[in-house]
Amino acid sequence: MSIQFNKETFRDDYSFHNSERAIKRFPFPFHEDSYMYAVNMEQHQGGPKDSVYEMRFDVDEHYVAEMQDRAQVLADDPLRCQSLPHMTLAGWDLLELIMVSKSEDYPEFFELQRDGLYWRWINKPLGIDDSFTFLDESTLPYGPMEYICRQTQGDFCVLDQRDEMLWMDAGMVTTQADWSLDFDIGMNFFEWHAPVPLAHEMGIFKRALKFLLNIQQGTPARRLNWTMTVNPLLDTSPENYHKWGIQKTSLTPENIGGKQFLRVELQTFFRLPRSNALVFPIRCYLIAFEDIVSVPKWGRRLHRVIRDLPVELATYKGFIDNRPMMLDYLSEYDDGLPTSPGVWPELDTEPSLQAV
Amino acid sequence: MNTTTKPSGSGAQKMDVIVEAVTPLNDLVTRFDFKRANGEDFPTFSGGAHTVIEMQDGDRVRLNPYSLMSDPVQTASYSISVRRDDEGRGGSLFMHNHVKVGDRMRLSTPVNLFCLDLRAKKHIFVAGGIGITPFLGMIAQLERTQGRWELHYSGRSRALASYAEQLTRQHGSKVHIYFDDQSQTIDIDGLLSGQPLGSHLYVCGPAGMISWVLGRAADSAWPSDSVHSEEFLAPQSGEPFQVRLCQSDKTIEVGAHESLLEAIERAGVAAPYLCRGGACGQCETTVLEYDGEFQHRDHWLEDAEHASGKKIMPCVSRFVGKTLVLDR
Repeated sequence: MSIQFNKETFRDDYSFHNSERAIKRFPFPFHEDSYMYAVNMEQHQGGPKDSVYEMRFDVDEHYVAEMQDRAQVLADDPLRCQSLPHMTLAGWDLLELIMVSKSEDYPEFFELQRDGLYWRWINKPLGIDDSFTFLDESTLPYGPMEYICRQTQGDFCVLDQRDEMLWMDAGMVTTQADWSLDFDIGMNFFEWHAPVPLAHEMGIFKRALKFLLNIQQGTPARRLNWTMTVNPLLDTSPENYHKWGIQKTSLTPENIGGKQFLRVELQTFFRLPRSNALVFPIRCYLIAFEDIVSVPKWGRRLHRVIRDLPVELATYKGFIDNRPMMLDYLSEYDDGLPTSPGVWPELDTEPSLQAV
Repeated sequence: MNTTTKPSGSGAQKMDVIVEAVTPLNDLVTRFDFKRANGEDFPTFSGGAHTVIEMQDGDRVRLNPYSLMSDPVQTASYSISVRRDDEGRGGSLFMHNHVKVGDRMRLSTPVNLFCLDLRAKKHIFVAGGIGITPFLGMIAQLERTQGRWELHYSGRSRALASYAEQLTRQHGSKVHIYFDDQSQTIDIDGLLSGQPLGSHLYVCGPAGMISWVLGRAADSAWPSDSVHSEEFLAPQSGEPFQVRLCQSDKTIEVGAHESLLEAIERAGVAAPYLCRGGACGQCETTVLEYDGEFQHRDHWLEDAEHASGKKIMPCVSRFVGKTLVLDR
């Protein structure tokens, strides 16, 4: 498989775009016509060919542009990358996991040569060729976590596991849905989830924690989460809310199709072997409303989900004010026909849009 | 993403292995070294991790957890040490009497329920008898990362204190050995009072020793999250009893020398587990109905849960009475 990397931006002129292929493989998060929280975990052991679930760390057409955007965010705000002193070993664990996975899954782009502790890493899309000594920080230009996360799409939370609890003790977070690593660093699982409405009362987090504590080596897990973003912004951080929050008011009935994006996070969980920490990669995928409705099943379903979503969730996800305008747009793509179960686009079997 | 998946079916993933060496260390303890049947390296692991070994004993499958005691970086082989328990239910006897070089067995991928706290300024290990094994991997890990540690290891006698000589030879003054038959005991109060702030204490050994050390640490006002212990309970024998498995629509007999979990597995019902020693919580099972008395032996459930009659850990706990119905 060959990937043509896009020349595109996630700021200023927002030239980000999805190819036909990227639309078809978009991780649409709704498996039915409604949405409520659930501990919706499944094993992360591959998935359908060419889906975002196939590889351990999905690399797609946005790879190079996302890494350029990340470098810019880090240059502007170094606190997006933090690692408490005891987390260095976990950083090496993460570097090893990603280098091994990517070199096996994408040999045309990534190469890892290992002779004992002497390693050579070649990243062709980013033009990197570094030799270093595994577990010796002085041989890399950055700490191990920062080094590898500058070369991998998605945010990374590295969670220490102690006393039947997970702790946000390291991470690189530049593409987040309005939460801050600098604020959450050192917090435990319940503390950093405290702002989420309804789910605590439902016992979701207790069950989720129990599941996560028991994730073992060799059996990673995954789930999806989602929100809404106006303009294809990767960096929707609280630190920069003054820059992007105001853009939510720029939506009009004329521009909403190209300006309103569904933002989906593919969250995965891997046990790290040397440190017994847990890494939680959060990979962000963006898709414009006008691209979603090009898939008839997704257009019908998104309308119904957004229409019926509880007010608390629409408020928490930050689009309660724009919901009426979203529904006006999406209702044009909901003809009332039933949708087939599951998340897949079903372009061959789902009926095309009837006159509304 | 259509389905909600429960934690992986039963236990961790399994690897086919070949017994590479069987080395008796003394009258009670034998070391077993394994290599992978497919010729690959083992996964690396963290100090304190264990593996569950699968023994084919006739038509009975035995699953026992043992600490991995090799250097986590040396992944060409895995090593465990097995203490023979003549009064036990037979797993350790099977290892000692029947397992020989070249045998094929299965090991689970590593699971760590007794991990180093990497924030510690200093790690203090207190081991009793075969409880030394998890510390061997931890020490190897800390030696590579220049971690600060000391070991206090008490054994019955010079002959029975496995690895004592090797540890002293390799690490000198970091290692303190005590022999019961010479009336040497750990000066626990002295040990606990002279440590730098940020020290962490780890205890592994017989139940009596663990509760003694934990008690002294609490009395000395050690923060509870700086004190760690691991005790793998072996399931104990008891009177046979009958259990109704509601979901599977089966009624099973639990024999005198098997655990409830083993009886459930023998009936062909896949039940979740990891440690099989009452510590990890994975096999927690809901009780739907009972008339009788539980013999709870796990370290997982709270006292209130034990008293409630609503939960049981089938890996180590038993039941005496007329009726027991489980949601399994």
